[in-house]
Amino acid sequence: MSLDDLYREVILDHYRSPRNKRHIDSGGIDVHRNNPLCGDDITVYVVVDATGVATDAAFEGQGCSISQASASMLTEQIRGKKVDEIEGIVLNFRKMMAGEEGPGEEELGDLVALKGVVKYPVRIKCAVLAWDALQEGISQYEKAH
Amino acid sequence: MFDPKVVRKDFPILERRVHGDKPLVWLDNASTTQKPRRVIDCLVDFYEHHNSNVHRGVYALAEEATELYEGARAKIAAFIGASGKREIVFTRSATESLNLVANAWGRANLKPGDKVVVTEMEHHSNLIPWQLVTQATGAQIVPWPITDDGFLDLEAMPRVLDGAKIVCVSQMSNVLGTINPIRQVADAAHAAGALVLVDGAQGVPHLITNVAEMEADFLAFSGHKMLGPTGSGGLWARAELLDAMPPFLGGGEMILEVWIDHATYNEIPYKFEAGTPNIAQSIGLGAAVDYLNDLGMEDVRAHEIEIVTYALDELRKIDGLKVFGPADPTKRGGVVSFWMEDLHPHDLATIVDTEGLAIRAGHHCAQPLMRVLGVPATSRASFYVYNTHDDVDALVAALGKARETFARGGGLPF
Repeated sequence: MSLDDLYREVILDHYRSPRNKRHIDSGGIDVHRNNPLCGDDITVYVVVDATGVATDAAFEGQGCSISQASASMLTEQIRGKKVDEIEGIVLNFRKMMAGEEGPGEEELGDLVALKGVVKYPVRIKCAVLAWDALQEGISQYEKAH
Repeated sequence: MFDPKVVRKDFPILERRVHGDKPLVWLDNASTTQKPRRVIDCLVDFYEHHNSNVHRGVYALAEEATELYEGARAKIAAFIGASGKREIVFTRSATESLNLVANAWGRANLKPGDKVVVTEMEHHSNLIPWQLVTQATGAQIVPWPITDDGFLDLEAMPRVLDGAKIVCVSQMSNVLGTINPIRQVADAAHAAGALVLVDGAQGVPHLITNVAEMEADFLAFSGHKMLGPTGSGGLWARAELLDAMPPFLGGGEMILEVWIDHATYNEIPYKFEAGTPNIAQSIGLGAAVDYLNDLGMEDVRAHEIEIVTYALDELRKIDGLKVFGPADPTKRGGVVSFWMEDLHPHDLATIVDTEGLAIRAGHHCAQPLMRVLGVPATSRASFYVYNTHDDVDALVAALGKARETFARGGGLPF
């Protein structure tokens, strides 16, 4: 178990310079989640156009490097994708967090850097926090459309 | 004065290594403490030789178990200066004791508009039971603010006590380490017509505690934070208050006579001990009290002031590290919460864990206090009788490693 597996430089980079960390007031997907265990706190915003494409994605919040980097990478990964493709990404990400073989860099891009979290079971909650919010947002979107 | 390096030898778990070959450095004592051999042996001895229910059987083992259980009650009564063992109710934890007071006393005595004062530094266990009870009774919670340096704001005392029915105050904060002036609070509260409930979960293990000198009305304490088994703890209350309170939990043991539609209740403290109690744990807590008495609580406190002084001095040398709570080690217990610039407490705790150190990161069950401090979470190292300067040095070295890990350049994605 090496710390470098957990704190890969790409994670530290997203933590230091989070992408798409801003408020979006679009009336689109807007879901807040927090982890009462450690105080991590994330709101995920997604703008979905009439054709079902996520034209913009952003997040706000505070927390540890894993939760913040995961949220930052999430916004990059889903932007420009259709909602059903995003569902596939969520599924692949969850598979990776469950330690299942399969989803690789092709499907997950930078997010593969979070694979090391699997070896630190108490930190998995941090990595999936933004994804919980996104998933809830998608199911709200689907109910409304 | 005991030598913590010698004391350590009484704690088998401190021999173990984690993450391969790293010696365990236990710095999460505010959460739970490790157990000396004497307490572990006591549990084994009880289950191997005396296991029986208490207060019921007429056979030899029931008598032995009852004698051991009641003997532990007497030890605990003496340890906190209670006037008798009738005033000690065994519970599962300090949390259960606080819930007992909120439910048994609170529901019988609170009316709409009554004020329940809760300090901003209370643990959730001395807040949530009061939220539940005030919601049910129509009473209201009045927060007692703290000062910037982590003390109860005594200037606010007359205001918060005005019209209060009960004041809920921690003997020692589990985040700030602040030791609260219980006697002063109790005198003022009584003058204002309010009772005082003290959460002693942190205080009783670390401070010389004497309920007669404190002049409070209720004191909740935990066994596992003072070298005893998990699932042990208790409530001290003035006998006349316990007598007047309705029961909390119903069941066996707490009754005198039972009909199908009503019952009369046992004398105190048994009125509050429904069902088979935590017999082995309470006896184990008695063994922990013996151990602490042998060390001497004055020396326990002196060691704590000494190690906290050293820890505060060393931590303050670290750039960008902020320690919360009182600066004076004589005004605080062995709890040191801090924030390290650019390093979230959760990341920090993970990194120091890889060096074998157990520290706590999070809100420490004190979310309202985190808001007052303006942080989402803190890191917390907390000390007890077996901690040494070496442990503080290991913490400082591990914090250095945490900083190094996070200082790595933002190179290429792997």
